[in-house]
Formats: sequence, C-alpha cells, structure tokens
Amino acid sequence: MAEIKSHIGTQNKKGQTYTDAWKMMHEAPRNPSFYTGSEVIKEALRRASCDVMIAYPITPQSEAAALIGELFAEGYIGDYFRGESEFAVMSQCAGAAFGGARVFTTTAGPGTMRAMENFPMWAGARLPIQMIVTCRGINSPLSIQPDTIEISYLLNTGMLVWHAETAQDFFDWILKGFMVSEEPEVHLPLALCCDGFFVTHTKDVVNLTPADMCLPPYDPYRSPVPCMDMECPPVRMMRDPFIMKSNYISYATHASWQQEIWAAIERSRKHTIKWINGLIDTENTDAEVVIVASGTAVSQGREAIRLLEDEGVRCGLVKVKSLRPWPGEEIREATKNAKHIFVPEFNVTGWLAKEIKATIPNSERVHAGPHVCGGMTMPPEIIASEIKTALGLRSESLAGRGS
Amino acid sequence: MSKERIKISPDLYDIMPSDYQDLVQSATYGKEDRGWKDIGTSKELIEQHSLCAGCPESMAFRYILASLPNPEDTVMVGSTGCTSLVFPMVAVHNIHSLFGNQNAIASGLKRALSVRFPDRVKDVVVLAGDGATVDIGLDMTLQAWFRQEKFTTICFDNELYANTGGQESGLMQKGFVAKMAPVGKLFDKVRLPEIARESGCHYVVNCTVSKPSLVEKVIRNSVLIAREIGPTYIQLYTPCILEIGKNSMEGLQEMRDSEKPTERFAYKEYVSEPAKQFLAELAAKDKERKAAAKQLAGKA
Repeated sequence: MAEIKSHIGTQNKKGQTYTDAWKMMHEAPRNPSFYTGSEVIKEALRRASCDVMIAYPITPQSEAAALIGELFAEGYIGDYFRGESEFAVMSQCAGAAFGGARVFTTTAGPGTMRAMENFPMWAGARLPIQMIVTCRGINSPLSIQPDTIEISYLLNTGMLVWHAETAQDFFDWILKGFMVSEEPEVHLPLALCCDGFFVTHTKDVVNLTPADMCLPPYDPYRSPVPCMDMECPPVRMMRDPFIMKSNYISYATHASWQQEIWAAIERSRKHTIKWINGLIDTENTDAEVVIVASGTAVSQGREAIRLLEDEGVRCGLVKVKSLRPWPGEEIREATKNAKHIFVPEFNVTGWLAKEIKATIPNSERVHAGPHVCGGMTMPPEIIASEIKTALGLRSESLAGRGS
Repeated sequence: MSKERIKISPDLYDIMPSDYQDLVQSATYGKEDRGWKDIGTSKELIEQHSLCAGCPESMAFRYILASLPNPEDTVMVGSTGCTSLVFPMVAVHNIHSLFGNQNAIASGLKRALSVRFPDRVKDVVVLAGDGATVDIGLDMTLQAWFRQEKFTTICFDNELYANTGGQESGLMQKGFVAKMAPVGKLFDKVRLPEIARESGCHYVVNCTVSKPSLVEKVIRNSVLIAREIGPTYIQLYTPCILEIGKNSMEGLQEMRDSEKPTERFAYKEYVSEPAKQFLAELAAKDKERKAAAKQLAGKA
C-alpha cells in the first residue's frame, strides 16, 4: 500500500504547496479577479490536486471542460481526455475513482440524462467523484437555454447535490466539495449544480485563493470500501453473487447497502454545514412573506425583495445551498413565521416547491412559482407581481412594462 | 502487491476461511512462469463458481486466471451476465458496475493506475460476454481501441444472451432460432475480430477454450502486448450448453467441432508489426533466460 503520510507543506510538481484545506479556504489571502463562471471552474481545478478529468462537449459546460484541458497541458491535472458520450464519460470517471483517483467532470442537460444510469452506481460504489452540472433544457424541441429540471432527476440517485448561486459559490464549493465528499463516513459523489449561462457565461468578481496553494491529495485508503488497485488483499467479497438471488441474504445485502447510502448522506450533513457555512442562508425570516429559492432564482428573488421594499412590502429570503443533504429542519425553522412562502424556479415542474411542501407544516402557505422554463429569464418584476397578487395588492400589468 | 500483502496475522489465522488460508499458502501470485499446469497443484485464483455444471465459461475462467502474467498487480473489469456470477469468487480485484460500460470503466481505471503508480506495472483486463462487448457496449469497446487504451479486452462469446435466457445477440450465427429471433437471426455474426484489427488492436485472436495451453499463450501475449504497446482483443467461444441444447459433458466437443478449419472458431490471429517485434524480443529474452538457467543447472 502506498505510504500514508501528510503532504501538507510539501510541493507538487507545479510548485504549488499542499495546504490544509480549511486554512486555504478560510485563512489564506484572497485575490479579487474578474472571470466568467467557466474560467472560475478552471481556477478552482488548478487548486484541487485533481488526478483525472474526463470531458465531453455539451453546451453550456464545453468551455469549462476545454479550459481544464489547458490545465492538463500545463501539468496541473494527472490525466485528461475526451470521452465518447456522457454515459461513457461517467463510466470512465467511475473506473478512475475505483482505481483510487480524485476525479472531476462536467456535464449539462441532455448529457446528465444520458449518463443517468451511472449516478446510482457511483453512489452505490461509494465513489467520491465531483460532477459540475451546468443546467440547461432537456426537452424537445431542442433547447440549450438555462432550465433546472435536470436537478430533480439527481435528487434520488444517492449523490450529494448542491446548487450554486454565483461564481463565488462555485469556486469555493468545488474545492470544499471534495473535502465533504471524501470524508470516510460520507464518501459519496457530489453533483455541484449551477444555472447554465447565467453563471457559466457571465463575468463576475470572484475572490480566489492563492494559485500557489492546492488541496491535499486524495487518499484512497481512507475509503470505506477497498480501492481496486491490488494494493490490499483481494478478499472474496461474498459467498454468492448477490444479483439474481431471491433469498434472504440478497434482500438483506441490498437493504442494508441502500440504507447505508442514505445514512452517508445524513452523515454528510455536519460536514456540509461546517464547510459551506450551513445548508441555507437566510435574510429577514421574521417577515410574513418569505422567498425560498436555489441557484440564480435566489439572485432574482433578492432583486424582487428590493422592489417590494420600495412599495412597503417586507419580504424575507431563504437561499437553499444544499439539496442533498436536504435542509428540512432549517427550512422549517426559517419559514415558521411566514404566512406566504414563494418558490420561484427555473423549471416547469416546481420540484423545489414540492420538496418544501413535503417538509414544512401548513404547506398551503407555499405558492409554487413563478416558474420560467426553456431558457426564459425571470425578471424580478414577475416575482414581485406574483407576491403582490397573492397578497391582494394592486400590481401593474407586466404586459405594459417597457412601453 | 505480493504474497506478503495477503499474509494473515498469526493471531487471526485460525478464524480465517480455509479458502483464504489456501490462497496465502499455495496461490501463484508472483510466480514468473505461472500457467494452466499449476491447476491441481496450487490454489487457483477462482474459488467455487455458480455457473451451470459443465459450462465452458468456467473452464475459460480457470485457464485465464491461471495464465495472467501478473495477477498480483492486475485489476479485472467485468460486466453484467454469467461472468458476474463468477467474479465475486475471483482473487484479483475486480469491478462490476453496469452492463456494457466495461471498456469505459477500464479506460478510467488504467489511467488512474498509471497516474498513481507511474513506475509500476498495473495490468487491466476486461472480461465480458458478447452482449456486453458487441451489442450494448460496442461504442465503448471500439472507442477504447481507437484511443489506444492499454488494456486487454476478452469476450466470452456464447453467441447469445445466456444469463437472461437465450436471446439473440450480435455474435449469434445467422439463422439461429432464439428468443427475440423467432424466425431465425436475420443477419450475419458480427465480425468483431476484423473490426478490432481495423480499430487499432495490436493483437487479436479468435478461438475456443478447448486447449488450455493455447489459452495460456494467447492470454499471456494479450496482456503483455496491451501493457507495452496498445489494446488487444481476444474472442473465446464459450458455448452456452444450456441454450444450444447440449448436456453437461458436451461442451468440450462442441468447442472442438467449432474450431475445425472451416468453422467459425478456427484459430485466427492478427499481430501488428510493433507487437510482432515485441513478441520476438520477448522470445529472445526467454531463450536467453532458459539457456542461462540450463548453464547454471549444468554447473551445479
């Protein structure tokens, strides 16, 4: 077995110093930089001590995936290649993670759907792969525009699922995500989602950690299941193959294994809270009206709150950062004073509103909407208008806006 | 890994299962000239299996595991099917993940092991059925070859989907009546060995497992060439005696009948120029080693 030792303070071949992750993320100086979301993904990966990244083109993640290729050419990534489809790429990621590597990939929309069979396998095999999901439409007719419906399909795969609002979230959470994912008692894949284009293709000021610091390398021997490298005894894993057997042992094996994945998500809760400073952020939750949102719907909600304030309507905000683990207790607490809860979403089904309704008492308080989908924007005015309508306040006709 | 790594703490020895004790005492990890002749005199790297009585696949499994040149540093990748009934009993690390993605898994695995162990040999060997290799997983089979991924792909060709009950597969013979081919299969057996050659494989063999010494040679060559040069592909006829209406004792004869010169499993081999050169160098070194050993024995 490879020697287990601390790498902290030593340098990698690019001259970066392996740095205690907590210190790197919380104490190291930050440098404000003006970058697109895609460039921010590259900058996070530069500091991530990533062993293997596997890429495939699909809008809007193609630029980020290609930029990480440049990092590989510069020597920051152990290996990198373009796979043949998202299904294959996610299997290649699995192979690399089974082999003990820190693995990263990116995908979007139809790519997420094509690869879907892999995700419960990743979780079941306890592979702490990090996958960036730059959400876009998945429907026919073809859409490349932002739409977050694919997140709803990821919620029951056994993966950790986080939803970033800004490029700053993205930078921090990519690096912190590895730390949560790779905890021995968690050891699960992470889908780190953002709203395509809004985050990937817009520029923002992002405070970066120093480029000469990087995360400590992944140690595959802290995994709760053996890494497939023949560096530990090849024990006989079971008496009988567990598939195709309808006996009690098979039932017990699967039942306990499946429970273990969800228990591991639960155990990730304390690590997630520690690293991303809580599963939710809140503002003014003593108000009677509260907006609960995730992703860029939070930004639009924040603008709507400003508009409403001008009209004398006070409104609180809950930013949901982690969807798995699900912040049920936090949302119950943050909405306990609310008489009206609005859940604006960039998808037609309103999956976040459904999750919230299933979580809080008196769920008739939840107004699922407004919804936009298929690449529509969500002007703060339509959120404000929906709130005012529900409160019985006069709302200007949006159709007249701009005339 | 060496045999050192699997040693049992003396305090725990008596509570370990006897099959593991046997593995420590007499398995052939690290034995340079290991091969099928070790079967019967040393612990095999396959424990019991739950395949049908007389299944040629079980013979193939035993010969392959006896012939891997470097089992102590080999990781195998399987797929869904009858082979996945056996892998839990195999004493080399092995991965089952999904159906048909075995060459994609192996691509990621081989690259990860190369990143993590740049100065050591870590062989990767894929072993999957014909449905996984040629039908559902064909794109990943071929793309791994196009990319020149350095691992061996072994296909157990039983010419149908055995584990799901005998449905038509791409490697099934034309005209064969099977489930999902109710009027007989309408198109030819897919010519994967030829496709493998055109796709960049450096060593391609199509044969049966009737002769253990041949299987040993082919497996050894395919793993060593994949390690040094590029992808290799071995297609082995392992007939599903159950689904073609044979008895337990008839598997071997079925293979012998199918490997006659005009039959579809007559021995066929393709070796690329770099692989030929590599094998010649290997043979020369082997000769040198044997001569030295002989000389040493003469002196003693």
